[in-house]
Amino acid sequence: MFTIVDRRLNPSGKSLANRQRFLRRAKEQVMRAVRDASAKRGIRDIDMGGDISISPDGIREPTLRRSSTGGQRDYVVPGNKEFMSGDKIKRPPQGGGSGRGNEGSEDGDGQDEFRFVLSREEFIDLFLEDLELPDLAKRKLAVTDAMDWHRAGYSVAGSPANLNLVRTMRNSLARRIALHRPTGDEIKALRQEIDDLERSGRDRERLDQARAELAEALKRTQRIPYIDPVDVRYNRFAATPRPAAQAVMFCLMDVSGSMTEHMKDLAKRFYMLLYLFLSRRYKHVDVVFIRHTHRAAEVDEETFFYSAETGGTVVSTALEEMARVIKERYPPGEWNIYGAQASDGDNALSDNTKTAQLMTDAILPDCQYYAYLEVGQEGMMPGLPYGGGPRETDLWRTYKQINAGSVLAMRRVTERKEIYPVFRELFAKDKAGQPAEVSA
Amino acid sequence: MTLTAFETAPLYTGADWDYDKVRRVYDAIEKVALGNMGLDCYTNQIEVITSEQMLDAYSSIGMPLFYKHWSFGKHFARDEAMYRKGQRGLAYEIVINSNPCISYIMEENTMTMQTLVIAHAAFGHNHFFKNNYLFQQWTDADGILDYLSFAKAYISQCEERYGHANVERVLDAAHALMNHGVHRYPRRRGPDLRNEEKRARERLEHAEATFNDLWRTVPTKAGSNSPLSDRDRRRTLLELPEENILYFLEKKAPRLQGWQREILRIVRHVAQYFYPQRQTKVMNEGCATYCHYRILSTLHERGGLTDGAWMEAMHSHTNVVFQPEFDDRRYGGINPYALGFAMMQDIERIATQPTQEDRYWFPDLAGRGDAMGALRDAWANFRDESFILQYLSPALIRKFRLFHVADDARDPEMKVAAIHDERGYRAVRQALARQYDIAWAEADIQIVDVDLVGDRKLMLEHHVMNQILLEEEEARAVMQHLANLWGYEVVLDEVETPGGTPMRRINVTPRVVLGGT
Repeated sequence: MFTIVDRRLNPSGKSLANRQRFLRRAKEQVMRAVRDASAKRGIRDIDMGGDISISPDGIREPTLRRSSTGGQRDYVVPGNKEFMSGDKIKRPPQGGGSGRGNEGSEDGDGQDEFRFVLSREEFIDLFLEDLELPDLAKRKLAVTDAMDWHRAGYSVAGSPANLNLVRTMRNSLARRIALHRPTGDEIKALRQEIDDLERSGRDRERLDQARAELAEALKRTQRIPYIDPVDVRYNRFAATPRPAAQAVMFCLMDVSGSMTEHMKDLAKRFYMLLYLFLSRRYKHVDVVFIRHTHRAAEVDEETFFYSAETGGTVVSTALEEMARVIKERYPPGEWNIYGAQASDGDNALSDNTKTAQLMTDAILPDCQYYAYLEVGQEGMMPGLPYGGGPRETDLWRTYKQINAGSVLAMRRVTERKEIYPVFRELFAKDKAGQPAEVSA
Repeated sequence: MTLTAFETAPLYTGADWDYDKVRRVYDAIEKVALGNMGLDCYTNQIEVITSEQMLDAYSSIGMPLFYKHWSFGKHFARDEAMYRKGQRGLAYEIVINSNPCISYIMEENTMTMQTLVIAHAAFGHNHFFKNNYLFQQWTDADGILDYLSFAKAYISQCEERYGHANVERVLDAAHALMNHGVHRYPRRRGPDLRNEEKRARERLEHAEATFNDLWRTVPTKAGSNSPLSDRDRRRTLLELPEENILYFLEKKAPRLQGWQREILRIVRHVAQYFYPQRQTKVMNEGCATYCHYRILSTLHERGGLTDGAWMEAMHSHTNVVFQPEFDDRRYGGINPYALGFAMMQDIERIATQPTQEDRYWFPDLAGRGDAMGALRDAWANFRDESFILQYLSPALIRKFRLFHVADDARDPEMKVAAIHDERGYRAVRQALARQYDIAWAEADIQIVDVDLVGDRKLMLEHHVMNQILLEEEEARAVMQHLANLWGYEVVLDEVETPGGTPMRRINVTPRVVLGGT
């Protein structure tokens, strides 16, 4: 006799909990590995999971075992070809004796690096940990028609659909016991007894008594109802308004000829991070992509990241486009508006004043937070606006003059590896609520 | 072997499997296993799983349910990475020592592989689990699944109540000491009334029979009315020395809380459950491999297996029992499947067609005729070490061309101590048996004393054999865990055996006291 059970449809991922515990345990090392990996990756696979290797510190499992070197040891091995007893053999180099191979390598494997595969979700979660959109929901919509209903105890009044049977019956039972309402069984027993006595015809005294008892019991039953209105309970529901914070993020990118491939790569990386971050953290965040040369256009995600275009540079066109979109679709009274701009800092000379004016008059007053990321040539020192480096760029100077208080944040990036720290700096959790100051 | 009836039609053709075929094959195998071979098995439960689930099962040491711990996640991550890259294949089967005996078969396998796996696991391993004395003595096949489900629920409750981090710390510490959380000898049973009475009576009779009033007059030394010293009395009270460290901590650690003791107990029970498996690798695999070989060849002879299926089965079989030689790149120690299978076949050979040499070496076994009976005997009453010591024949030593190398770190070169010749058989056999003796392979560590009047220092001793000390870094880490559990200082002395010369001392104070508040 035997049974055969098909377990294939059982939920898989039984060891998921173990895996989460493992990742939590090795978090520090995994985080480091994830960041290193992200700097090396191509733009398209920045959000992929994949192989990472971490150092085994902190995830060792020590046991009391005997050392693999020293002392007197005995080995029995198969495959003797030429040895006679009494022969001397040179020790193999690792000092592991003739039992080389598996024992050494299996341990060795655990010694230096521990390699394993992270899934896409795990990768991004670790990647974007502790980031928060600053100042979200400051302008909470006053008109929210979304209400959440949730259970809030019991009430004595309500609609029949919400009747809570268990509570009601419990109350009813308690009341019936307290008031000594005769149970069905008692009445049945009495009737049976009367029946028996009548049939046998003896003990008339008892018969009368039983009849009286029955009459009394029936009277009580009449007087004490099975379910009384005081027993009835209803599930109570309470409504709480759900604040619907709507936010929109504008991504502005210069794709003109003056942007080298390297700069575009940096800018795209920044936006890729931003996009990943937004799309994972905020379900209700709209993202608008605007790219510009000497003219600007709103484009979709795919075009924004992957298609090429050339032309001059007029920043104000992008700002105009942004202002237009805000006006058309995102009234500032109802939306939290964020802007992020990436550029090499070039701008047509004649455009600077217009840009500054647009920023101060149209864009910044509507924005919760505006981040400007200036991408530089590879090899240029970061943070150069101060000190004897190359001169400040047109756009940098223009933006610096705008005294926008805490709404405008500016950063310079010249190398891939800086993108992530700068990104974190801009969106770190503790910044939420108090946006970065204008600084370099 | 007598063939009862020839089944002319094959049980199945083609590679695909379905439930009907599995049932048919199972019935045919059962007939051979129970009828011809006289195996005695727990009821079987065969579970079909995917490769994904097989990986899952790997990570919780093969058990269908287990408590959660990060180390299992780590093993899973490594196994998965290696499997995905093709560096390592999956096991064909996993079998659990429980009643009913659960064996997993993978859906990706061909029908022939399923046949092989059922014969191997559901009958070979199953018979071994049910009949071997170690398993009978140490494991409770009926209760293990219930116990594990209790353990899982208990530990997750603890996590909710006391926090993940706290539970994890206790589990980490317990896992580090897991190998030293087993009872190696069956403990004394609790006193049972009838035996106690009998013993008391015997003692009384003995006292009466040897009564001599003269002893009363012998003067005793003044002042020492007890022959025990303080240290001895303390050690008796604490039942020291104790080699089961987890047991000692569970019962005697001063600061642990109830739930922490229970967790130690769970880890200890799991370690104890797996203890027989570590001692019977060669026999267990040898038994299962021999069974699947016998069963499948019988089926093939009767026409139940097509020639193609037989070839496929033999292909896997030879892969499994392949033993590379020591100078081969693939050599990784002695393959327990190869050695086990060869020894089982050898026993069969000695029982049925002994040579003169066999008659000299195995007077009881040679020519006994009943090979299956002899094998069943061996499977029931031995563990790897004693099995090899008893049954490894000179013929097999020659076949494997085994030789014994002695390696003394003090000498510049290693020495071939014995080879497969007349003078060497016994030495080789003894040395090989010793390799499988886990009491020999594992460090002998005991708790010897506790400084009760002073600072409650816990003292342990490692009896160093052959001058092989502990791996220092790891030993320190483990002692740290031990100190955290104990709550006070812990000292490990490594003492040479025999001789008693101290070689090294590891001294650790607790960093995070796990118990108490």
